Amino acid sequence: MTEERRSNYDDILFRMDHIQKSFGGTEVLKDISVSVRAGEVVSIIGPSGSGKSTLLRCATFLETIDAGTICYRDVIAAQNDSSGKAVYAGPADIRKAKKQFGLVFQQFNLFPHFSVLKNIMDAPVSIQKQPKETARAKAMELLRKMGLEDKADAYPKQLSGGQQQRVAIARALAMEPDILFFDEPTSALDPELTGEVLKVIRLLAEEKMTMVIVTHEMPFARAVSNRVIFMDGGVIVEQGDPEKVFGAPEQERTRQFLRNYQQ
Amino acid sequence: MTLSTMFLTMLPGMLRTIAIFVLTLVFSLPLGMVVMMLRKSRIGIVQILTKIFIAVMRGTPLMLQLLVWYFGPYYLFRMPIGGYRFTAIILGFSLNYAAYFAEIYRAGIEAIPVGQYEAADVLGYSKAQTFFKIILPQVIKTILPAVTNEVITLVKDTSLAFALAYSEVFSIAKQISSSQTSFMPFLIAGVFYFVANYAVAFGMEAVEQMFKYYD
Repeated sequence: MTEERRSNYDDILFRMDHIQKSFGGTEVLKDISVSVRAGEVVSIIGPSGSGKSTLLRCATFLETIDAGTICYRDVIAAQNDSSGKAVYAGPADIRKAKKQFGLVFQQFNLFPHFSVLKNIMDAPVSIQKQPKETARAKAMELLRKMGLEDKADAYPKQLSGGQQQRVAIARALAMEPDILFFDEPTSALDPELTGEVLKVIRLLAEEKMTMVIVTHEMPFARAVSNRVIFMDGGVIVEQGDPEKVFGAPEQERTRQFLRNYQQ
Repeated sequence: MTLSTMFLTMLPGMLRTIAIFVLTLVFSLPLGMVVMMLRKSRIGIVQILTKIFIAVMRGTPLMLQLLVWYFGPYYLFRMPIGGYRFTAIILGFSLNYAAYFAEIYRAGIEAIPVGQYEAADVLGYSKAQTFFKIILPQVIKTILPAVTNEVITLVKDTSLAFALAYSEVFSIAKQISSSQTSFMPFLIAGVFYFVANYAVAFGMEAVEQMFKYYD
């Protein structure tokens, strides 16, 4: 196990092995393994209740796993003890792991009492101890990239959902994560606003940002990802090249799911 | 007795009323935070004892509680009565109001969406940073109207110190009224309470305005 985790996988930024997770007796994740290489864009699709959001929440430590291993590069954040139950690393290692990823939520979760600019620059200043001017310059640059430079002084409630989600993406990027997770980033948006958010994610993909995206936007997942994972009932049913998974799925369950989407 | 003599006789009472009011807030506002934290404690017995404390404070008359704090030491320990009248008043008011404030704080904290904690956690804010930078400012905004209500009630409740024969404005008004057979002192006291509450409402509204910037 230990050697396997090291050196051979230099470009693996994130890896989860044999993850098990139950909520009050219901098994939500059944022995799931996923790893993500630098520069990869991985989309996770599947019906509601398939466990895809739970997988992302376990990866970002918002939920704790029952069994399995979670690694960010060489930091082992959780692994099984001799009895086969997952044990988390100490706070120092968890902090090291947390520095490596960012998360964009379905509900944006911006801080309503902070201006757009402060939402983006507060964590770099108060956690990474960056000088204010550096953080401000970088936040403004991110806002320009998101097409929101004129909204720096606005408050989240004054923005549309699509604008808020782009600010949330900028906030996550300001911490310079190696890998960015998206938990259904467009599911809370009106259909006419999803485009502006997907455009930004596409731009990040072109810049070789490593991303894992849980999404219901099938055409987008097909266009933007290097790899698509189809989950159902707490297991990975099928994964691979998007053209293969969407164009010629091997599993009947995948075909069935995609058919429902095309109608 | 002229109106101005009456007013001047009542003036020390007004100052004592203000003293009860200010000291009660100084102690009960932070104490309420402590009670709320004990109430949300993960240790079962602490939580239960705090719940009982809050239930008793809210479930019995404040006047009765004041009598207990004042006469309790005599009946329980045969301590001589007196000397701690003002202490008993401040203790009684502060504990009672802390129980109410604790429940207001709790409601405010529980109204903050869990996503705020999750976003702060993923970004790497510590527990203390999350509470003081992210949660508390939003809680204050949410609870301001409820706190204003309590503070206004407190202004009027100070008159309960009358039960311990403490000469705050209401007690003095009653004395002058019976000695002078005049209704005037009550009118003066009424105007005093009204003006005090008007000032409280005005001040609290200004604070509420301060928190409106992100609506």
